[in-house]
Amino acid sequence: MIKTITRAALAISLSVTAATALGADKTLVFCSEGSPGGFNPSLHSAGTDFDASAQPIYNRLTEFEPGTTKVVPGLAESWTVSDDGTVYTFKLRKGVKWHSNKHFTPTRDFNADDILYSFNRQWKEDHPYHSVSGGKYLYFGWMDMGPALKSIDKLDDYTVRFTLNGPDAPFISNLAMDFASILSAEYADKMAAAGTMETVDNSPIGTGPFEFVSYKKDSVIRFNGFKDYWEGAPKIDKLIYAITTDATVRFQKLKAGECHIMPYPNSADLDAMGKDPNINLLSQEGLNVGYLGFNTQKAPFNNKSVRQALSMAIDKQAILDVVFKGAGSAAKNPIPPTMWSYNDKIADYPYDPATAKKLLDAAGVKNLKTDIWAMPVQRPYNPNARRMAELIQADWAKVGVTAEIKSYEWGEYRERIRAGEHETALLGWTGDNGDPDNFMFVLLGCAAAKSNVARWCNEEFDGYLRAAKKTSNQAERTKLYEKAQVVFKQEAPWFTVAHSVQFRPVRKEVKNFKIHPLGSHIFKYVDLQ
Amino acid sequence: MFAFILNRIALLVPIFFGVTLVSFGFIRMLPGDPVVALAGERDMTPERHAEMMAKLGLDKPAWQQYLDYVWNLLHGDFGTSVLTNRPILDEFMELFPATIELGVTAMMLAVVIGVPIGIFAAVKRGTFYDQGIMGLSLVGYSMPIFWWGLLLIILFSGIWGLTPISGRISFLYDVPTVTGFLLIDTLLSGEEGAFASAMHHMILPTIVLGTIPLAIIARQTRSAMLEVLSEDYVRTARAKGLSPLRVYGLHALRNAMITVITVIGLQVGTLMAGAILTETIFSWPGIGKWIIFSVFSRDYYAVQGGLVLIAMIIMAVNLIVDVLYGLINPRILHTSS
Repeated sequence: MIKTITRAALAISLSVTAATALGADKTLVFCSEGSPGGFNPSLHSAGTDFDASAQPIYNRLTEFEPGTTKVVPGLAESWTVSDDGTVYTFKLRKGVKWHSNKHFTPTRDFNADDILYSFNRQWKEDHPYHSVSGGKYLYFGWMDMGPALKSIDKLDDYTVRFTLNGPDAPFISNLAMDFASILSAEYADKMAAAGTMETVDNSPIGTGPFEFVSYKKDSVIRFNGFKDYWEGAPKIDKLIYAITTDATVRFQKLKAGECHIMPYPNSADLDAMGKDPNINLLSQEGLNVGYLGFNTQKAPFNNKSVRQALSMAIDKQAILDVVFKGAGSAAKNPIPPTMWSYNDKIADYPYDPATAKKLLDAAGVKNLKTDIWAMPVQRPYNPNARRMAELIQADWAKVGVTAEIKSYEWGEYRERIRAGEHETALLGWTGDNGDPDNFMFVLLGCAAAKSNVARWCNEEFDGYLRAAKKTSNQAERTKLYEKAQVVFKQEAPWFTVAHSVQFRPVRKEVKNFKIHPLGSHIFKYVDLQ
Repeated sequence: MFAFILNRIALLVPIFFGVTLVSFGFIRMLPGDPVVALAGERDMTPERHAEMMAKLGLDKPAWQQYLDYVWNLLHGDFGTSVLTNRPILDEFMELFPATIELGVTAMMLAVVIGVPIGIFAAVKRGTFYDQGIMGLSLVGYSMPIFWWGLLLIILFSGIWGLTPISGRISFLYDVPTVTGFLLIDTLLSGEEGAFASAMHHMILPTIVLGTIPLAIIARQTRSAMLEVLSEDYVRTARAKGLSPLRVYGLHALRNAMITVITVIGLQVGTLMAGAILTETIFSWPGIGKWIIFSVFSRDYYAVQGGLVLIAMIIMAVNLIVDVLYGLINPRILHTSS
């Protein structure tokens, strides 16, 4: 009996493998980590949502080059920026085809109307589609697009003008973000006429490399390569997301060849992945930073040399070894090294408890009692905040500083930090658009000083950031951000801890897959051998 | 009989309201809310937070939200998911067949193996077989599902390559959904190999989910049988010279079944709890996994709607069990009516 079952099972598994190998279609299977909330990336803003919608199905005016945060032309072939940095004029690409499905067959190519539809829907509350499908445009709000925009005008079918209320250089990166994906206005009109507006968000039509075929919740998403894709048909005929929530199970599937690529491996499995002859373990520093912020509005943390001393008192390498277990790299700047304008010339504070003690004595700080706030959640930039806090606590004890570790529920944690109740607190950030402004201005600019961990407003630093916002010349901006990082390091409002390293195990037969610093999974150039 | 059923249904009304209160209250007692869960580490001004909460209808006082919720429930409206913006009932119905399918096969496994070995152990009381079976069932009962599932995957799928690792069917088959029960849908589709693939995918999850009920059923069958076997009428039956098969199979088992059916009824709840873990391990697209995800993302409406639906199903199963009692043992029917 058992023999028969075993034989039957073997026969089935063999037939499956054989079918995969012999099938004429090239099928790429991605063991994704969860179900998307929906297929409109302006409404559903988790990484899982973007992987299932923005990347395969849609395009944006500008795009990130896969593997980098460099902004390259997308649906906009080219653009010009006015001298005052407030008017962006985009020349749109011609001959870009839309997908089709059982609800819709396009009668025209992509044009300016689609741009207007996609942005006005998120921006204007009186747009007929604004409150369709729940109408929560989180990213549009988070990126402050509403206050930034003055008007969006169609100059002709292939020219669109965005006018801003003030110069905002990172704007061009914002347009490459997933939430700014371009949807079909013609499809929207047709569904509005049919009285089924939500279909636009559930049965997506885009211009992207893969056409949506079907979705079974918690089970599978199917895409077909789009033969008329404007960059050329993708090399993969079929793209399948096999939704697999458990990381250990994902790894088993990858080993067995049931999928080709998996995201978010367990750190405990990394060793085995590295040794597996069928798997390439790709890795890259994530676009994030974990830090300990000093509340600069409270004594003695308003004193620069106290902040420097406490930074020198922490053994960063021990944290990397114990908390990150190799999946992190030491951070010295507020931005990660994969980001342009990263100032590599800056020297980090050395681990030097003796000097730290001297500095504290010189500042007249004795028997300092303080707190260290530890986040209650796990994040890529801080896999175990409690443990990190304990290590810092022990290091500080050696220079005579007594620190009490405090932790609150996540919502309350941020609420209390916003209110400035902490003295030192652990937190971090994951970038949205690959622009240094999205780290430095958001986290350390004077505009954020009232609500952020360091509550730090330095005029020199802020001046560089504001100047960098005003010019769209990247070389000039790079110089300004490099200078800002020098000020940051001298002033030490944060003890910069680490940038996490992201790992992607990929089967050997997969070619041209690159880890994306923003965390997206992009398959348009991927091939199988 | 009719009065008996009505009586049982009347008892369910207060339970139903209790369940609405618990499902409404519990998810709100957890720290955080759906808006915070969506925001991550992003700075959310109190104004924007309030605006989002208002959009979700979560700005009203709790008592009002609760009354709205019950009022809508009574009108068959289970609410809309915060995350997917789809009606809870639609999401539930899409995923529920997968849970039932797995639950039924697991229960079948548990009954088909558990009852006979329970009887066998009772008949062979005190022997090596009895102790062996009871020892094993204790192990089965104490096994952490998560560990057991991963162990089976690593052994059977990873090392020996005998079974698929996870999922409900090979991705080679795109079977149209008709009933939602994949074993039926694959047969209807007529696609060659689809049914076999679906069966193949069921093996490990069925074993994992069925293990605890199997152990419990085996133990309960044994003790129920032991009790019945010492009754006078069994001795009489034996004395009459009936074959052991008739004594155990007909006279003893029928009376022992009361306990066994009770246990099976109670196991529905255990199955739902086990389904949460089993579905997570095997990426099984059922409601267990869905509820967990909804709790993590503080999708209040999905959690409160989903819990009420699950509770309603468990209540319905218990009602059926109660009715079955009456059919098997008419004495119960008479005493309660």
